[in-house]
Amino acid sequence: MNRFEYARPTTLAEAIEAGAAPGAAYLAAGTNLIDLMQGGVARPGHLVDIGRLPGLDRIAWLDDGGVRIGALVRNADLAHDADFARRFPAVAEALLSGASAQLRNAATVGGNLLQRTRCGYFYDTASACNKRDPGAGCDAVGGENRLHAILGWSEHCIATHPSDFCVPLAALGAVVEVQGAAGQRDIPLEDFHLLPGGTPERETVLDRGELVIAVRLPADAARFAAHARYLKVRERTSFAFAVVSAAAALRFEGGVVVEARIALGGVALKPWRVRAAEAALRGARPHQTAFRQAAEAALAEATPSGDNAFKIELARRIVVRALTLAAAGTPARMPALPASPFSGAITHA
Amino acid sequence: MSLSITLTINGAARTIALDDPRVTLLDLLRERLDLTGTKKGCDRGQCGACTVLVNGRRINACLALAVSHDGADVLTIEGVAQGAQLHPVQAAFIAHDGLQCGFCTPGQIMSAIGMIREAQAGDDPERVREAMSGNLCRCGAYVGITEAILDAQRTMTAVGRREAA
Repeated sequence: MNRFEYARPTTLAEAIEAGAAPGAAYLAAGTNLIDLMQGGVARPGHLVDIGRLPGLDRIAWLDDGGVRIGALVRNADLAHDADFARRFPAVAEALLSGASAQLRNAATVGGNLLQRTRCGYFYDTASACNKRDPGAGCDAVGGENRLHAILGWSEHCIATHPSDFCVPLAALGAVVEVQGAAGQRDIPLEDFHLLPGGTPERETVLDRGELVIAVRLPADAARFAAHARYLKVRERTSFAFAVVSAAAALRFEGGVVVEARIALGGVALKPWRVRAAEAALRGARPHQTAFRQAAEAALAEATPSGDNAFKIELARRIVVRALTLAAAGTPARMPALPASPFSGAITHA
Repeated sequence: MSLSITLTINGAARTIALDDPRVTLLDLLRERLDLTGTKKGCDRGQCGACTVLVNGRRINACLALAVSHDGADVLTIEGVAQGAQLHPVQAAFIAHDGLQCGFCTPGQIMSAIGMIREAQAGDDPERVREAMSGNLCRCGAYVGITEAILDAQRTMTAVGRREAA
């Protein structure tokens, strides 16, 4: 790990001032950043520890029925908050399908948004990576890339964003509250992460020193609570990043879908909301034919970035399966294996 | 730079001078405080061998900077037994052969204690396995580990009921 100066400011204003210094990085729990620093992938000269900033660790219900989640709320605390899980079950399911219990106990909401890609070439400092070293090239192109992006990628970067949490957040219209030297602003989660284009080193729309302070979910997002699921295919049953995942949320009136929300994970460098698929379901009855049409629409623009064409059909099937599960209704209790297509199907004597 | 932190470790207050902010909680325990029960497996948050309880919650000590945890209450494997009396989870690991080589065992036990406190898994083996997926055992003692945790949880619940009565 590189040497760094450590500071733990006690006010938000001090933190933002310190965070704007060249080479500074914010440290919350560090479950991703410390790992990256251990590997020499991230080398911040200053660590600004925001872990104890006051007021950022609360889940607050808003007068209009929405919720404001402080950036320092731990993933496990949010997922296990009974009121939150009842109103936003797909978000709780996504959180509980991510990482391990130890990591979820430490990792924060803000940190989850800002976690870096798990592309092996990004992590391996001996490999060329335009994210780590702009202009160096991308060894994932033409390399081991069966888990890489099928949407929104460029020749400069074919990595994916690893978050589960962000997928239902994108589907449900979450808003990110950020604070910088110039003040506070709201950024729709859908616009928060950037596609790689020619500048894969630029990962979010945050300006230097801007700090995520909260994530808000609007009241209308809770109207999907009875029919909202997150589904995630991994290469092992638990404690693995998504090969492909999907959040699906439906609202019915008279047996017909009046509103649908669909977003994909593991397919692009950002959580991928698909409005064309949502539109395709409006007015439909919950049948496989309609779900398959929505899935076709969701992946219409997908192209393999390497040895990963299988992910396109896999993603279509995950969309169909997630919609089928959402239509059947949110289970009263979190499945034993959250978000797993195998939940309930595996029995050991 | 000199940074002084105070930690309560296994019930005892310790003031520690850190000469470098890079020291992880894991390295502090093992290299500075001779508490080598907490193991370093991957050092990247993937294996769970370094699991300890911080303020009552299980975390990976390898991904926690010691300096960030100034003032915290830390429980390690060295602090779970009451003198010669093993913690119920320790006793259950022995009774159910929840180990082979033993390297992952301190992390498994600390994670199990944290899991039982979280009270999310109940008596469903599938939920226990999911809740313990952050602890790898390369000897593959998972069957015994799951049985040991379910058994220890029953013992602790029964003791809890007796004490509450």
